[in-house]
Formats: sequence, C-alpha cells, structure tokens
Amino acid sequence: MFTPVQKFADVVTYNIFKIPQGSKLASAVNFFIFDTIKIFILLFLIVFVITFIRSFFSPEKTRDILSHKKQNVYIAHILAALLGIVTPFCSCSAVPLFIGFVEAGIPLGVTFSYLIAAPMVNEVALGLLYANFGLKIALIYVLSGEIIAIASGIVIGKLNLEKYVEDYVFKIKVGNVQIAEDKKTLNQRLNETFDFTVQLIRKVWVFVIVGIGIGAFLHGYIPTGALAKIAGKNNPFAVIFATALGIPLYSNAAGIIPLVSEFRRLGVSMGTSLSFMMSVTALSLPEMILLRRVLKPQLLGIFVAIVGCGIIATGYLFNLILG
Amino acid sequence: MVIKVLGGGCANCKKLMENAKRAAEELGIDAQFEEVKDIEKIMSYGVMRTPALVVDEKLIFSGRVAGVEEIKEVLKKEAGN
Repeated sequence: MFTPVQKFADVVTYNIFKIPQGSKLASAVNFFIFDTIKIFILLFLIVFVITFIRSFFSPEKTRDILSHKKQNVYIAHILAALLGIVTPFCSCSAVPLFIGFVEAGIPLGVTFSYLIAAPMVNEVALGLLYANFGLKIALIYVLSGEIIAIASGIVIGKLNLEKYVEDYVFKIKVGNVQIAEDKKTLNQRLNETFDFTVQLIRKVWVFVIVGIGIGAFLHGYIPTGALAKIAGKNNPFAVIFATALGIPLYSNAAGIIPLVSEFRRLGVSMGTSLSFMMSVTALSLPEMILLRRVLKPQLLGIFVAIVGCGIIATGYLFNLILG
Repeated sequence: MVIKVLGGGCANCKKLMENAKRAAEELGIDAQFEEVKDIEKIMSYGVMRTPALVVDEKLIFSGRVAGVEEIKEVLKKEAGN
C-alpha cells in the first residue's frame, strides 16, 4: 500500500534534495518523509472509522444500558469497558460523566471500568500503533486496556469506596433531557465525522511531526540496540520506570507513539514500550486534576495505584510473551 | 433569545461560544449569551459531555463543537417557534 509513498520519499531525498544515498542524513530525511505521509494517511483513516462508529453511541445511552444491567455486576463491568472504547470522551467531560453515572445508580466499580477504558483505549494511540507496529500489536493494546479496565473496576467495586466520593456528588439532581441526536441521516453523520476527524488531526499534528522528527533523527544517527542495556529485557525495573515516566506526558501522547517504534529498534522491549504508551494515555495528570473534583484524595490515590499496577503487570506479561 | 454554552471553560467550550456568537450575529438575532461553568447547573440539563448548547432553556446538543452554519440552522428554527 505504501510503495508509492516510499518512491516519493526516495525521489525527494535523492533527486530533489540531492542528499547522497547511504549517508546518515539521507536515512533520516527519507525516514521522516515516508513516515510522516504514512502515519497521517493511517491516522486519518483510523480516526475517521472510529469516530463514525462512535457517532452511534453516546454516554447518555451508555448510562441507560448500564443502569439496566444490575443483575450481574461482572457483565456490567465488561459492558462498561467495551462501551468505554466506543463512546466519545474528552477529559473535560470526566466530571459530568462520573456524576451522571453515579446518579443513575451505576455501581462505583462499573463507573470506573468505563472511566478507565475510555482514555486508555485511545483512538489516536490505536491509529499510530497500527501505523507503526501493525494489527497484532494494536489488538494487544486494545485487549490489555480492556482487561485492565475490567479488573481495576472490579477491585474498586469490591473495596466499597463510596465514602471517598465527594459528598456533593450524591446531592446533585441530574435533569433528564433527551436529545434528538439519533435521527441523523447517514450524510449528516459522515459530514460530522469528517469535521471531527479534521479537528482532531489539527489538534495533534504538531506533536506527531515532532515525534516523527525525533524518531527520524534517532533512525539516522543512533545505532540499533543502543538502549538495549538500560531498557531491554534484562532490566527488571524498566517497566516500572517507563510507567512512571508516562504519567506527566499526557499532552504529547500523539508525539510519543511515533517515537516508540524507534525505541523498539534501539532495544527497548515491547512490554516496556506498551506500558509507557498506556501510562501516557490513561494516567494523565490533567485528568487526575479534573477527577479530584469528584473523588477524595484517597480514592484518587487508589485509582492511580490500581491502574498503575495493571499497566505494569501488562508490561511484564508482554515482555515475557513477546520479548 | 438566551443562548447558553455549558462547559468547564476548556478550548472546545470557548470555540463553541465563538461560533454561536458569530451565528447569531450573521442572522441579526438579538441574543444574550451566557457561559455555564457550574457543574450542578450543567448536570441539571442532563448533560454528560461538554460543551453543550442550550437555546432558551432547550438543550440542542452536547459533546461537540458545531460549526457556525449548523448553529445558524438551529437558531433559525428556534427563532421561528
């Protein structure tokens, strides 16, 4: 699919810029041109498809489905984690979502399964993973995100932590308003999906380009395997370190993932890379600050600890399986 | 006409307010604008995703930034009622 893109990158590098073939600079420039085009094509396609699927789901609908699934709490957890992938979620909405769910009588643990899955399985991250590593790794990312969301939600549910939710949350009266958003025509839906995709890519393109730029530099100038000693399979602390490093880096998620394929080439193992990506997308500082408005510090701490442990466990598991 | 944008004041909310103002201006509608940041008030509309647009206390949509043209259509309809 990308042979023409590679040809284009070759022509630009060797014929237009006249950089001698085989030099470090040529390798970096060629990589940058090829990767930028490839990643933006794939990113656009994947975000478009996910956004289109999402246009059929809303948190309001999710809440209604989940509040009717009280008979079996495990099914509710699984459902919540699955719905977390497909419902649109912007971290600004974390607080109203949380209140809306709790008010509808959805158990705290199930609410968390949803709240964890939504940012953890992130469409930009998914798109970039697929672009860089292929389908298998992208699917592993989704699957492990889901498992962490379900398991963390179940643990939080078992701990009976309702007392650590800020008291005012239970006092808010939620209005019940129906929005006539479902009666959209296919054309309207496609137009809105297109607009949203363009908006999203406008928001992240700088980060992606910077990420690819740094990746291209590493590609041309740093030899393969250079990081194998500090972040490879043989360092038992690499996963924990990578997870901790990812927490403050949220806003650059789009820039980090194109870099990760370079980390792999430099010898960082797959599980460590995966932990890093998940921590970047799921344990973000800005979202924690927002969640602090509805959660007391104890519950926020438990939330971070459980999700963090889940991410670290996934990292070790995949280092074991994939190397 | 009272036009409200519900949201915590993030970039998306500001953009929606801007678009709503432009839509009203282009239609020559005399409207009052209000930013609703209070979470209790936001929840009282049953909104779970911000930003949301409310025209004369009627929730129009939530969770996205609509363009000027789309808001114009909405305002025309609401002004007609």
